[in-house]
Amino acid sequence: MSGGGGKDRIAVFPSRMAQTLMKTRLKGAQKGHSLLKKKADALNLRFRDILKKIVENKVLMGEVMKEAAFSLAEAKFTAGDFSHTVIQNVSQAQYRVRMKKENVVGVLLPVFDAYQDGPDAYDLTGLGKGGANIARLKKNYNKAIELLVELATLQTCFITLDEAIKVTNRRVNAIEHVIIPRIENTLTYIVTELDEMEREEFFRMKKIQANKKKLKEQEAAQRALEGPPEGENGGAHSENQPPRNLLAQEEDNLPVLFN
Amino acid sequence: MGEFLFNIDHGYLEALTRGLKGGLLAQSDYANLVQCETLEDLKLHIQSTDYGNFLANEPGAITVQVIDEKLKEKLVTEFTHLRNNALEPLATFLDYITYSYMIDNIILLITGTLHQRPINELINKCHPLGSFEQMEAIHIASTPAELYNAVLVDTPLANYFVDCINEQDLDEMNVEVIRNTLYKAYIEDFYKFCAGLGGKTAEVMCDILAFEADRRSIIITINSFDTELSKDDRQKLYPHCGKLYPDGLNSLSRADDYDQVKQVCEYYSDYKPLFEGSGNGPGEKTLEDKFFEHEVKLNVHSYLHQFHFGVFYAFIKLKEQEMRNIIWIAECISQRHRTKIDNYIPIL
Repeated sequence: MSGGGGKDRIAVFPSRMAQTLMKTRLKGAQKGHSLLKKKADALNLRFRDILKKIVENKVLMGEVMKEAAFSLAEAKFTAGDFSHTVIQNVSQAQYRVRMKKENVVGVLLPVFDAYQDGPDAYDLTGLGKGGANIARLKKNYNKAIELLVELATLQTCFITLDEAIKVTNRRVNAIEHVIIPRIENTLTYIVTELDEMEREEFFRMKKIQANKKKLKEQEAAQRALEGPPEGENGGAHSENQPPRNLLAQEEDNLPVLFN
Repeated sequence: MGEFLFNIDHGYLEALTRGLKGGLLAQSDYANLVQCETLEDLKLHIQSTDYGNFLANEPGAITVQVIDEKLKEKLVTEFTHLRNNALEPLATFLDYITYSYMIDNIILLITGTLHQRPINELINKCHPLGSFEQMEAIHIASTPAELYNAVLVDTPLANYFVDCINEQDLDEMNVEVIRNTLYKAYIEDFYKFCAGLGGKTAEVMCDILAFEADRRSIIITINSFDTELSKDDRQKLYPHCGKLYPDGLNSLSRADDYDQVKQVCEYYSDYKPLFEGSGNGPGEKTLEDKFFEHEVKLNVHSYLHQFHFGVFYAFIKLKEQEMRNIIWIAECISQRHRTKIDNYIPIL
């Protein structure tokens, strides 16, 4: 297919029309490139932001979890081992997570939103003993869960954004390093090819003209050799002369086609 | 009179219990335990006490869970020994002690059944002191009604159930309310039993049980603020054998906040100091800690008398407190939360 000496280009017939087509394609590719570049930048900005938040959250998480775990120990100290009863009592989740979507430059990021479903079903746990500690335990773990959900949001955003950024960057690079050079190559190929054709045509014209000139000179020389150009006994001569070529006289010397 | 004949039947066990009580960790032991950096250190220190090498056969790393289980195991072994050698009426007395664990177990099993969990899994999670024969059979009951009719009526707790909870309640009532209702019935029954035994036992045990009853009333009142428990329902959960009965309980049932509870208890010389030194701020002991300390004090005092059953009860309670202390210290060590490590309740 490619006759372009190893250079990557689109297989088109080098014509004026193809050239204009390629020019618009190049323009489109450049526009797309700048747009994608902007998108990638926006995503990157967001990405950094999330990364910072994740780090902050994780540090906080450590402390909150530690406190929560310790308050479990405290509650167990006063209330005994109440965990089994609570576990057996659970019929449905009290803390639920709702998922929303956030649109960041065309990328849908999942945002988890935690909410309390229904009233606190276990507010009588530890009624006999240890209620205060259990209340504190509940508060601490609620805080921990909230943080966990937030962290989950951030982490999923992180992964989704990472993916999106990779895809966008790949596209940007593809356009920059593959598509645009290929179109440019095609364009130069078309231009050189057109030039070449023009030169060939020019040369051909010259050759034709030269041939005609030679032919005319030969004719003139022959006529001069045969006799004086004055036609005294035209009747006798006309018999000898070949009939006049109509087409030859009508021949058009001007190259109209490739003007 | 009872004192003359006490040693014929119960002398050995009392001596044994007093001996076991001597093995409780003293302040110096706690001081050593608190110094530990890791659970391995803790194990090493505990080995030098009466616990000996109860953790010696544990393969792998020691966790708080393992320590908890082993401590429980040891207590159960000691208690079973006492129970096996006991004669009436000490045997009944010891049975009464197990009833409180039984209540917890039954509650656990009931909740499990109500939510259709496999009972077999739950059996393992029950407190071994509170196990009873019918517990194995509890899995035949699939509905609360069957549970009530087939299983619960046969348990030693049947009396408590019959009096205060009927079949429908089992389905509708909050388990915590059931638990506390049962506990109320249990404490009152135990109180009656001890009073019936007479002598020093009645004197010592009634004191302890009265405190237990009052503590429950006060704690229930405080914990029920801002919950769905109504004042009438709350009043039904107060055991009627404490010193607060009847005036104090009446006032308690009308209380709306912590200060009112405090005011009610101002009139009782036993409880007034407990409220005074307590608070929720850092460095202050909570009311529950104060109660624990008072309970320990009462239990320790029971050893000042001889020829009575109170020592057995006190021993179990003290041992339990000690277990909690050890677990507390172990938790503090494993979670590297040393600031509160001194919050255990010293016994001796």
